[in-house]
Amino acid sequence: MINKKVASVEAALSGVEDGMTLMLGGFGLSGIPENSISQLVKLNVKGLTCISNNAGVDGFGLGLLLHKRQIKKMVSSYVGENAEFERQMLSGELEVELIPQGTLAERCRAAQSGFPAFYTPAGYGTEVAEGKETREFNGKMYVLEHAFKADFAFVKAWKGDEAGNLIFKGTARNFNPNMCGAAKITVAEVEELLPVGSLDPNQIHIPGIFVHRIFQGSNYEKRIEQRTVRKK
Amino acid sequence: MALDKNGIAKRIAKEVKNGYYVNLGIGIPTLVANFVREDIEVEFQSENGVLGMGPFPFEGEEDPDLINAGKQTITALPGASFFDSAMSFSMIRGQHVHLTILGAMEVAENGDIANWKIPGYMVKGMGGAMDLVASAENIIVAMTHTNKNGDSKLLKKCSLPLTGVGCVKKIVTDLAVLEVTPEGFKLLERAPGVSVETIKQATEGKLIIERDIPEMDI
Repeated sequence: MINKKVASVEAALSGVEDGMTLMLGGFGLSGIPENSISQLVKLNVKGLTCISNNAGVDGFGLGLLLHKRQIKKMVSSYVGENAEFERQMLSGELEVELIPQGTLAERCRAAQSGFPAFYTPAGYGTEVAEGKETREFNGKMYVLEHAFKADFAFVKAWKGDEAGNLIFKGTARNFNPNMCGAAKITVAEVEELLPVGSLDPNQIHIPGIFVHRIFQGSNYEKRIEQRTVRKK
Repeated sequence: MALDKNGIAKRIAKEVKNGYYVNLGIGIPTLVANFVREDIEVEFQSENGVLGMGPFPFEGEEDPDLINAGKQTITALPGASFFDSAMSFSMIRGQHVHLTILGAMEVAENGDIANWKIPGYMVKGMGGAMDLVASAENIIVAMTHTNKNGDSKLLKKCSLPLTGVGCVKKIVTDLAVLEVTPEGFKLLERAPGVSVETIKQATEGKLIIERDIPEMDI
């Protein structure tokens, strides 16, 4: 067993510097690496490029980093829930690259899997494809998209073991597995960190080879963005 | 009379056939699930990573780890599965999902769609919409026929940044059901009590009326 456990969030984020490119898992506020984000706020690193499907909300998730002007550029697919984000973007303070959600996921997976680029139909004929190579396959047009290059990936899982194996829960899985191993260093925070041998190898979603550091997270708030219920 | 949101959803639900995997967008499309016949087998996919999506949870049973693409709390039905975002879009891009229902700000008579950006004013992002419209064989747009200012949303050419080109097949609005053909918007049905003249007035793009137009059966 190669032990990936680090003792603290401080140790997990050692080496994060100004100007780095970071991947952060999560969809909306579901499955976001809350502990790593808090530590990024504490470290006060600036000029970050953040690759994340969404940009959090005012006062939570990546909204915390936006509030402190730590983010130079966001790479996302949907940013509609954050007033501070919209203000910084429309005023030009924040650089934003909006890309289709499936393309975002696949650019992570390509980085994880050793593919430099791939063709996708998404965005053909739109401003997303401007300046990009296009090609016809079987009568349909596709756009060439490149793998991401990132310094750190921060992911959040439900359970993990000291070998870095991960299991996700529900739709909190989302981009997290695709970002594992897609950056130079992958940091996983988990709700429950277990000794090796505790997880059934048949149930592992992400093998530890894709994870460099794993730590026991704490104080998960797991805020719900749109609480919708029906009457009994 | 023009249909309300539930009326539009109810009409679209008739397009959902036995054995379909269906992706529902945010807004009116989400309501479609409430009107699908109960005697057919259908599974709803939400692109954030669930197949077999069920209704909203009962109060007190919300789970922050179980949401739909609109970030709403949901439930999972027996037989449901969860997966990562790359796999979710493999289902979509790989055309394993049979039907996509989504909203739009504008649709052009050639099937172009715009629904993600109003330059200088509102930029929410495309989310999964560009992947969905570029990939799906069968795309139905659910929207009001005109915007808040009364301007037509069925145009000769979209004025807003496009989400996809030549991809919309069918449109269900509060006034009508229309098919996108190489010649333009072909009027198929009108909302109960809505005249063909009203639909003509509300449609900027080329409208094709080939026969007596029946009322929607809803």
